[in-house]
Amino acid sequence: MTDVRTRPIRVLIGKPGLDGHDRGAKVVARALRDAGMEVIYTGLHQTPDAIVEAALQEDVDVIGLSILSGAHNTLVPKVIALLREQGMEDVRVLVGGIIPDEDADELRQMGVAAVFGPGTETEEIVRFTRSCARRA
Amino acid sequence: MSLGSDILQGDQRALARALTLVENDPDAAEEIIREVYPHTGGAHVIGLTGAPGVGKSTLVDRLAGYYASAGHSVGVIAVDPSSPFSGGALLGDRVRMDLRGKDVFIRSIATRGHLGGLARATPLAIQLMEAAGRDVILLETVGAGQSEVDVMGHADTTVVVVVPGLGDDVQAFKAGILEIGDIFVVNKADRPGTDQTIRELRQMLHLGPERPWLPPVLSATAADGKGVAEIVEAVEEHRKVMQHDPLQREHRLQEAERALREALSDLLLSRAEAESRQSGSWQALVGEIAARRRDALTAARQLLDA
Repeated sequence: MTDVRTRPIRVLIGKPGLDGHDRGAKVVARALRDAGMEVIYTGLHQTPDAIVEAALQEDVDVIGLSILSGAHNTLVPKVIALLREQGMEDVRVLVGGIIPDEDADELRQMGVAAVFGPGTETEEIVRFTRSCARRA
Repeated sequence: MSLGSDILQGDQRALARALTLVENDPDAAEEIIREVYPHTGGAHVIGLTGAPGVGKSTLVDRLAGYYASAGHSVGVIAVDPSSPFSGGALLGDRVRMDLRGKDVFIRSIATRGHLGGLARATPLAIQLMEAAGRDVILLETVGAGQSEVDVMGHADTTVVVVVPGLGDDVQAFKAGILEIGDIFVVNKADRPGTDQTIRELRQMLHLGPERPWLPPVLSATAADGKGVAEIVEAVEEHRKVMQHDPLQREHRLQEAERALREALSDLLLSRAEAESRQSGSWQALVGEIAARRRDALTAARQLLDA
């Protein structure tokens, strides 16, 4: 029986918008799984609504958004706003992909816990996810 | 206001939270389940099992959509295996499901080492969804082989999904999962070999023992939505026939006994482990077993009699 404090971290990995390159997202999903986490992989072409609904139903601790299309400035704020609407501000949001530095700063200001650019080591992502996950 | 009462009111976040608790916190689980139990039992639970890659998730998606469009409140429990090495899991069944705007609550659960095709928390998850008002629950097992037959105990109707040309007759005879199906679906029916597979399955089922229900063999192409209505019809027929089957009471008693046995074993074990860890005897005995100074059976009796 797992102690509530040592239960597996649940992470949702999704790709919002039209971006069709999912190799990075899959690599991260597998790395998190190998680190003992339960990863709900929702795949491509997700709307912010669908992502937040899935995050709610799956009671995840962390949401990882993979965005390589440049649409992060529209999609991420939508996700953050929906989380707020649902009273889910305790769910951490991580963003990975092609994000220019100025945009990354803005994303962090609006509540994103971390922005990971291309070439980030999976170990770093795993470590960060583990440390930032809310633990009910 | 408790979590239990929130669930009964249809609060989805409360349901989601409770699902997490029943997986992880036995004391909290007991409290919630005790509160909502009188409101359980109201769903028709449809179990779907079959080898990896036959299209279970796609079929679940189509069935969930069909039931939701027909006005039902649908729950989906999708089970995936936990890694035996890391304890983590890739829960990817949701990928196949696009049920936006429909009243479908989907929860992915990892097996966490439990064998049989489902997770230990599955029956509690079903109860929570029923308490939340879901009246159709689709239960998708891990990609199963021949021995993942847990689903039979938890589902009212078990659907076994195959694809054309999977194995030969002899294989089918030996396979445990072919014994537990109430409905058989040959999915990806646009592939060659469909008619033959249907024929072989029907022959095999006719050779089986007399039952009040002869499992139908249906064909489907879930990806295109074909065959879904027929499956729903067959589920409904099965439900009606089973309502009048005297063996149902026997099954209910068996299931109740299984549930009691499992709950008791969990409680006894956690109590015994907690007490003996506190006194140090647990760790000592573990050391003895690993050093081959004492066997595990003797150690367990020692612990129990202590």
